[in-house]
Amino acid sequence: MAVIECKNLTYVYGEGTPFCRKAVDNVNLSIEKGEFIGVIGHTGSGKSTLIQTLNGLLRPTSGQVLLDGKDIWAEPKKIRQVRFRVGMVFQYPEHQLFEETVLKDISFGPSNMGLSPQEVEDRARRAAAFVGLSEDFLTKSPFELSGGEKRRVAIAGVIAMDPDVLVLDEPTAGLDPRGRDVLLTQITSYHKTRGNTVLLVSHSMEDIARTADRILVMNDSHAAMFAPTREVFARGAELERMGLRVPQITKILSMLRERGWPVGTALTMEEAVRELLPLLEKGGVRA
Amino acid sequence: MIGDIAFGQFIPGKSPLHRMDPRVKIVLIFLFIVFLFVAQNFVALALPVLAALAAIFLSGVPLRQYLKSVKAVIFIVLFTSVLNLFYGGGQTLLKLGFMEIKSGGVSNAIFIAVRILTLILLSAVLTFTTSPNSLTDAIERLMKPLKVFHVKVHEIAMIMTIALRFVPTLLEETDKIMSAQKARGADLESGGLVQRAKALLPILIPLFVSSFRRAYDLAMAMECRCYHGGEGRTKMKVLHAGKGDAAACAVSCLLCAAVIVCNILLPGSLT
Repeated sequence: MAVIECKNLTYVYGEGTPFCRKAVDNVNLSIEKGEFIGVIGHTGSGKSTLIQTLNGLLRPTSGQVLLDGKDIWAEPKKIRQVRFRVGMVFQYPEHQLFEETVLKDISFGPSNMGLSPQEVEDRARRAAAFVGLSEDFLTKSPFELSGGEKRRVAIAGVIAMDPDVLVLDEPTAGLDPRGRDVLLTQITSYHKTRGNTVLLVSHSMEDIARTADRILVMNDSHAAMFAPTREVFARGAELERMGLRVPQITKILSMLRERGWPVGTALTMEEAVRELLPLLEKGGVRA
Repeated sequence: MIGDIAFGQFIPGKSPLHRMDPRVKIVLIFLFIVFLFVAQNFVALALPVLAALAAIFLSGVPLRQYLKSVKAVIFIVLFTSVLNLFYGGGQTLLKLGFMEIKSGGVSNAIFIAVRILTLILLSAVLTFTTSPNSLTDAIERLMKPLKVFHVKVHEIAMIMTIALRFVPTLLEETDKIMSAQKARGADLESGGLVQRAKALLPILIPLFVSSFRRAYDLAMAMECRCYHGGEGRTKMKVLHAGKGDAAACAVSCLLCAAVIVCNILLPGSLT
């Protein structure tokens, strides 16, 4: 069953003013429980607006967002319950830290849910463990951590609410290559163990290729494509017209194919190795 | 969304008023405001009012904008006018119990309403046609004589410029932080006064932290460009008063002189 559905979803900024601008235009999509969705689109394509309508931070101008088949705006007073179920990690989430200790900051979300103090602390500790923060971090001030550590604290703060759907807006932006790898691995392993739904917005096609089951491509406030990762990245020319691209390794293999080498497609380095090694072993036979 | 609020009243344009030297504009607007209060009868008052209307016409700013700025103070204008209705002599026009409205009161009320409205319109002309940066530039230049008293004129102007520059940035930042905390279930809308004040902490603390971070970054960037305060500093846009400014000054001085002449020759309207 679909956990999140958008029906004719439209969002207009500054309606009725001269600055009126359609950011999301008639988007229809349905996301199944347990899927890992990659969201791509160039800057200003409407992807940030779209994800903010999913947890009720923005109220759609028209159309509906359905969570488990129920319109999230059916009871506007209960919109906070929706935000606990659809967790949202914003860009540069480390800027939202405010508590005295890491543990308290991670606890902010769950304590807003009205859980018992013991349950809140349990959840916070579990979330911290998920993002790889050891016990001795928990009593530190979040302001004395490094950039990457701060970001993990912020992500733990959302994971601690145990949302059914986790939305991450460019979680790896501004991290060093190792930090990116570690964070992505943690997100995918979180997804595997909890079996919940994850939406990952990223400008890195490599990150998306590594993690996503399906890709949503936003272009010019429309949902241009919504298909399995392999299918989307097979339409390289179309993506390039939208200011996007395919992962570099996919591009290299398709260029080899164009020159007559007998190789298949690949999304990740591991797949590419599997395609290319046999060629080398045969001594590079030209087809 | 907070970001939707238009900040600053400056409306870019190419009118003669936009092109005027901001220093001259400030001085002349100030002069007219003073003479609004010097004027003692309707004829004298009409002169600065005419000047204000001419300025509004010349500014090329849509009338709608001026109406908006008047709307913001209409209550104050009405309040003062109504109070003034009951003062002043002359014939009795209306009797409401123990209160009387006399002809002098009516003319007082109109006089004062016109005065305040013109005052608002004149300052609106200034803020509509002058960018915040040229305003501070002009203020810096006009305050220069205060250097004799060891007032750090350049530094004050720089502080004003930076503050103005960062208002929209911080508004945007606040909006982002609010969204992030709301996504974590922060409840900003309900609860009593104390609860609401407490609910603001998760927004104010990150905002403070980021303001400090921005301040450090800015200070570093300024140091890297060898900024060292006002001493021996030249300007990229040198303020330059041209023929138009001279003409505006001449016309304004004439009008002000006329106000004084009217005051002497005609009887005062305020009673």
